[in-house]
Order: sequence, then structure tokens, then C-alpha cells
Amino acid sequence: MPYYESVFIARPDISAAQVESMTEGFTSLVNENGGEVKKAEYWGLKSLAYRIKKSRKGHYSLLNLDAPPAAIKEMERNMLLNEDVLRFMTIRVDELEEEPSVVMRSRGSRDDRGRGDRGRRDDRPRRDDRPRRDDAAPTAEKPAEKPAEAPAAEKPAEEPAKTTPEGDAE
Amino acid sequence: MRSRRPFFRRHKSCPFSGPGAPKIDYKDTKLLQRFVSERGKIVPRRITAVSAKKQRELARAIKRARILALLPFVVD
Repeated sequence: MPYYESVFIARPDISAAQVESMTEGFTSLVNENGGEVKKAEYWGLKSLAYRIKKSRKGHYSLLNLDAPPAAIKEMERNMLLNEDVLRFMTIRVDELEEEPSVVMRSRGSRDDRGRGDRGRRDDRPRRDDRPRRDDAAPTAEKPAEKPAEAPAAEKPAEEPAKTTPEGDAE
Repeated sequence: MRSRRPFFRRHKSCPFSGPGAPKIDYKDTKLLQRFVSERGKIVPRRITAVSAKKQRELARAIKRARILALLPFVVD
């Protein structure tokens, strides 16, 4: 039987115990249809990145399944009908994770915000040649070879004065 | 002198290749966040140096995380 991972988000105004019973409900449904729930995780009440059905938060649950497609179909149909489920997503995976997922592991050490500035570093990286502009600015007047030497610095300063300044600068 | 060349770029290697590389997972918000701009857009791989294959995998993971509201579609 193929492996699946299913995450569903339950409404925030129900209790954690109710979420657990929902999970059990889906588990028994999968069992009835010849499948098996290998692991069930409750991630807790997390805030959503955007509003779903007017909710800003939701109870996240994960189910690792080893079940026939028919069982998945039936479970998803029930999730769709269930008013307490805000959203769900089931994906097929090549193998199931045995140990607790990243969410559970990171919840142990509560330092989510620690890496916040890391993401900000590349906030709007338009293009790769961005640093070139800054680099080119000091050496714009073409003595790119020897910017430090005095005679070299003087020469290009004279040349544009005699001939066409625009053409030489380019 | 060579390092002063305007187009010079130091070689960067893919953060998802080689030993000890993290596994791309749609549930790993903290990891995915590093490859998303402040506006919530997926950062092009020419900035992040992710290999083409891993970038496809990464984009899929980010899109899945967005569906589950783990990551935003847009930030404004």
C-alpha cells in the first residue's frame, strides 16, 4: 500500500481534546477501509500565515498513513464534510518518517525567532549583479588597472579634458 | 587584483548537497523561511546557489507549506 502524509487544520475554537477525538475518528475510518495509521501527531494551536475561513489560528494535526487510495479518498471526503476542518492536505510520500517530525522536534527548543534576521538578509535580492554597481562606482573613470598610483590617476583625468569627455569615460 | 574584477563571484555550493545537508520538507518552516524573501516570494537560485534539482524540490515544499498556511503567499 502506498504511504501518505496528511495534515489537517482544525478550527481554533475547539479544544485540543476534541481535535484528538477527530484524529481518532479519521484513524478508525482509515482502519475500516483497510488502511493503517502509522503515526499521529498533534502540533498544537499554531497561528496561520493568512486567514482561512476567517480564522487566524488553527489546530494542526499530522497523520502518517499506509493505506489504499480508496481509504484516503474516504478520509478526505469526511474532512471536506467536517465543519471543524479548516483545511487539509494529503500527499504521497516514498517513505514515512519514523521519528517525530521537524515540527515536534523544534517545538522542544523554542527559538523560532532566532533565525528571523537570517531570512531578512536576502529580503529583496533583485539581481546578482547588484554588488557590481557599488564596485564600479569608485573605479568608474576607467583606471581599473591601477587606481592607487598617482600617474595613472592623473592621466585619465587629463584625457577626458582634451578630447570628448563622454566618449572616453565610457 | 583579480578579486577586484567587477564581475567576480566567489564559488558557492548548494546548501542541500553534500554530507550533512538538511532534507527539504514542507513542514520545516524554519528552513524554508531562509529561501523566501521578505515579501514571501521564493528566492531565485542564482542568489541562494541551490542546485536546479534541489530548487525544484524546494519550490514544491514552499508551495505545500503555503497551502497549509505555514508560509504566507504574500506579505504586505
